[in-house]
Amino acid sequence: MVKILQAKEVSFIWDILNEIPDPEIPVISLVELGVVRAVNWVDTQLEITITPTYSGCPAMRMMEMDIEQRLRKEGITDFKINMQYHPAWTTDWMSDLTKSKLKTYGIAPPQAHTKQRIGALISDAPTEVACPQCNSVNTKLISEFGSTACKSLMKCNDCLEAFDYFKCI
Amino acid sequence: MNSQASLFQYILKIADNQLILGHRLSEQCSKGPFLEEDIACSNIALDLIGAANSLYIYAAAIEGENKTEDDLVFLRSERAFKNVLLVEQPNTDFAYIMCRQFLFDTYDYFFQQALQKSNDQTLAAIAAKTIKESTYHLRHSGNWIIRLGDGTPESNLRLKNAFTNLWCYVDELFEQDAAELDLVAQGIAVDTQSIKTQFTSHIAEIMQTAGMEIPSGIFMQSGGKKGVHTEHLGFLLAEMQSVHRSFPGVKW
Repeated sequence: MVKILQAKEVSFIWDILNEIPDPEIPVISLVELGVVRAVNWVDTQLEITITPTYSGCPAMRMMEMDIEQRLRKEGITDFKINMQYHPAWTTDWMSDLTKSKLKTYGIAPPQAHTKQRIGALISDAPTEVACPQCNSVNTKLISEFGSTACKSLMKCNDCLEAFDYFKCI
Repeated sequence: MNSQASLFQYILKIADNQLILGHRLSEQCSKGPFLEEDIACSNIALDLIGAANSLYIYAAAIEGENKTEDDLVFLRSERAFKNVLLVEQPNTDFAYIMCRQFLFDTYDYFFQQALQKSNDQTLAAIAAKTIKESTYHLRHSGNWIIRLGDGTPESNLRLKNAFTNLWCYVDELFEQDAAELDLVAQGIAVDTQSIKTQFTSHIAEIMQTAGMEIPSGIFMQSGGKKGVHTEHLGFLLAEMQSVHRSFPGVKW
């Protein structure tokens, strides 16, 4: 009986975690971002495993606090948040739905095939990144380092808008 | 030295390089040549300090003295820091800063790539995370080397001077003491000799594209890995540790 109750709760926990917005990009949740890796009950303690997007991302601390706050709101007080490095976070974990949410929000989503993209050591501007405003692929990389660790700054040569591109890692 | 103690020292060497270079680069925040570059340098500084943070958490656990990552960063004195001399060199002009980044980024890229194969699973996992970021760093500094070297006579001259002044710190990157070689034998530490060829050929390729010549006849300096630093590290630490020393135990 207890086990059945706990099994329900794990999916419930995933649901509530899926309601916590990313602190920087509020249109997607921590689950959609791929930061939450596992949810488990260990006896009476809830263990949540998360992985950092970028090792120095200042939002990680914020995400942990948001998770803590949300769990307490549900009356869950006995929990532990573990930080896991392996496997390393990758933008490949984002679903197409998540990517389309990013685009609607004005951020060009990461392109697929991360491994090929990040491997080049000499100038390798992302190609055919569509402008989230006008969909033109006539775009130009301004800087691989943008407003947050996870974004590059690009510019559309057609509508002339500068935009963020969620870079592949 | 027992193996836990040598592992602790080894993690510190990796972490201290990342931290000190990250701090140096963070000093450039708001002083970049233009806004996008300013943001890039701050982002890279953040990546480096973040990677150091993961390593210090692990180092503290290995040391087993109930210390935190903050203790290791803010409460150690100069001689206890094991970073290479290259990363503590103070910022001068932008060409110098990019040259320092480029030399370290190239080393770090091949180092992290090799460290992913470590028998130590935590080090391997942190390296697998770090390498993704290191790739962006190396592309960034490599592009600047080409742009500055192949730019105006002024930028070329400044970059040439930077390489001349920083080249003496290159060999230290590959130095390994007996304790570290012991970790190499156990499959934990990276055999730096195994990445030296890749390092040299990438540096040569980029420098050639940039129209730069590799400096010759330079007397090599070392000491950082043993805790014997240039005078610059003390000043850096004094600033970096000042808040924590004024308000012991402060958290932010």
